[in-house]
Amino acid sequence: MRIQGRVWKYGDDINTDYIFPGVHTYVLMSDEEMGTHAMEGIDTDFTKNAVKGDIIVAGKNWGCGSSREQAVKCLKARGIGALVVVSAARIFYRNAINEGFPVVICPEAVETTQPGEQISIDFDKGQITNAKGVYSFKPYSEHIQSLMQCGGLLPYIRQSLAE
Amino acid sequence: MGKTFAEKILSRCAGYDVTVGDIVFAKPDFCISHENASAICATFKKIGVDNVFDPDKIVLTFDHTVPASTIAYANAHRVVRKFAKEQGIENFYDMNKYGGVCHQIMCQEGFSAPGLVIIGSDSHTCTSGAMGAFAVGVGRTEMAGVWATGELWLKVPDAISIEVTGDFQPGVGAKDLILRIIGDMRADGADYCSVEFYGDGIENMSIADRMTICNMCVEMGAKNAVCKPDDKVRAALEGKAKSDKWEMVWADDDAEYLASYRYSLEDIAPAVAKPHTVDNYATISEATGIKIDQALIGTCTNGRLEDLRAAAEVLKGRRVKVRTMITPASVEVYRQALKEGILETLLLSGCTITPPGCGACIGLSSGVLGDHETCISTANRNFKGRMGSKEGFIYLASPMTAAWSALHGEIRDPREHFESASDKAGGGQA
Repeated sequence: MRIQGRVWKYGDDINTDYIFPGVHTYVLMSDEEMGTHAMEGIDTDFTKNAVKGDIIVAGKNWGCGSSREQAVKCLKARGIGALVVVSAARIFYRNAINEGFPVVICPEAVETTQPGEQISIDFDKGQITNAKGVYSFKPYSEHIQSLMQCGGLLPYIRQSLAE
Repeated sequence: MGKTFAEKILSRCAGYDVTVGDIVFAKPDFCISHENASAICATFKKIGVDNVFDPDKIVLTFDHTVPASTIAYANAHRVVRKFAKEQGIENFYDMNKYGGVCHQIMCQEGFSAPGLVIIGSDSHTCTSGAMGAFAVGVGRTEMAGVWATGELWLKVPDAISIEVTGDFQPGVGAKDLILRIIGDMRADGADYCSVEFYGDGIENMSIADRMTICNMCVEMGAKNAVCKPDDKVRAALEGKAKSDKWEMVWADDDAEYLASYRYSLEDIAPAVAKPHTVDNYATISEATGIKIDQALIGTCTNGRLEDLRAAAEVLKGRRVKVRTMITPASVEVYRQALKEGILETLLLSGCTITPPGCGACIGLSSGVLGDHETCISTANRNFKGRMGSKEGFIYLASPMTAAWSALHGEIRDPREHFESASDKAGGGQA
């Protein structure tokens, strides 16, 4: 799989309150509605203007803070193709896997990527291409890959229960 | 080579010896969820199984939105009540069932115990490490999966050991220690790690203090945090343990750690975490004089009897200058504080006692911040907008610091109280 998209760039420690504010967290809503609140706590420009296929590039410890899964769901519902980061907080990273939303750990690519530029990610080759060059990243482990290939945890469990 | 606490627990889960990086399938002893159970119920129903794996292993509480202040919250509560009834989940701490913050309930009611595996759909699930449990936070979909299958995958984490020695100086508490540690290690310093505390400094601490410390380890990215269990834990479980499977488990002396640190409690001083990150550590002298509009004392981080007692000791016979919210961690804490006269002291000081729960920490009720307002809070997060307005400022501190600051309307060093108290005692003798 290969995706290409426009970059939104952020710094370090973007927490889940920034990605999906607490005020919406305990209200039951559709994934689509979650998407309308994406990044509302830190960047209303994104909330208004992000489009399907855009890619988020950010620093270390993305998604620190609460366990709220809407922080992943709102980005996925918004059509964000992938997240490229220096590092991601554990629960966010896990929630992303369970939602089948790709998080790429690639500090080198983060360093040279500029806001607004077009980058492409080739998941089969494990490569990110931006204006400055081509950068390799480590693919998910075998177990995680099989989970991602199913489309996330729910389809994976359904498949396992059926077998 | 010996094993860390995390390696030992996960080896037991796997049935063979595991090492860092291995993926293990674990069957949790207890699973805890709060209001987000309403979303988990909906996801669970999509999986296609009729019943949860074991209703007795699921614990439910209401803490984030109690009492419901909007129709949407009330309706979310209804979903959980209906599901609990359908599934026969009896460990459901609804508002008429003597509840409180989920992490408090887990420790207070004997669910969390040494050697057990606890999974919670809340990032502060790591609090239960204070009871010697391996306690890990996960997301909602993951919890729905556990409810359906009774198991989940866990990666064996790297581990960090922290030896704590000595005893706190007057006016200094567990919150000051953990703020210092997070300040040293930074917000991602323990990412995906098991943080394992031991030493006579830990032994000297109450379980309440250990809960404060374990609670906040997620603020430096930890997967779990744990204090070496001892007789205090054993005594707390006497006649209360909800599982007979628990046993004292600890790391081997020759376990291999990613890093090891040592803190002497004598060196710890009152501190704050400045806006807007938990690792933005400052000593109290750097923050002294900052004007505040509100104080929040309580929540899952510092809402235990010991914390309220410490605040009351500082506030006794004085009046707070700013609105001060007291949020007990549970109904049991509330009841004990009432019995001891702590609540009366706090009320006479001008504090407002809120219902037990998360209170204003999550910014949904019980004292949210307006624009440009500053709060000193004993909770665990000071992110921009966390307690209400994005234009607000949150300083994290201990109950003693929050109480002493509330009296002055500005951030102040609580040791001033203890110095004046000892001066008075000395003066009396002279």
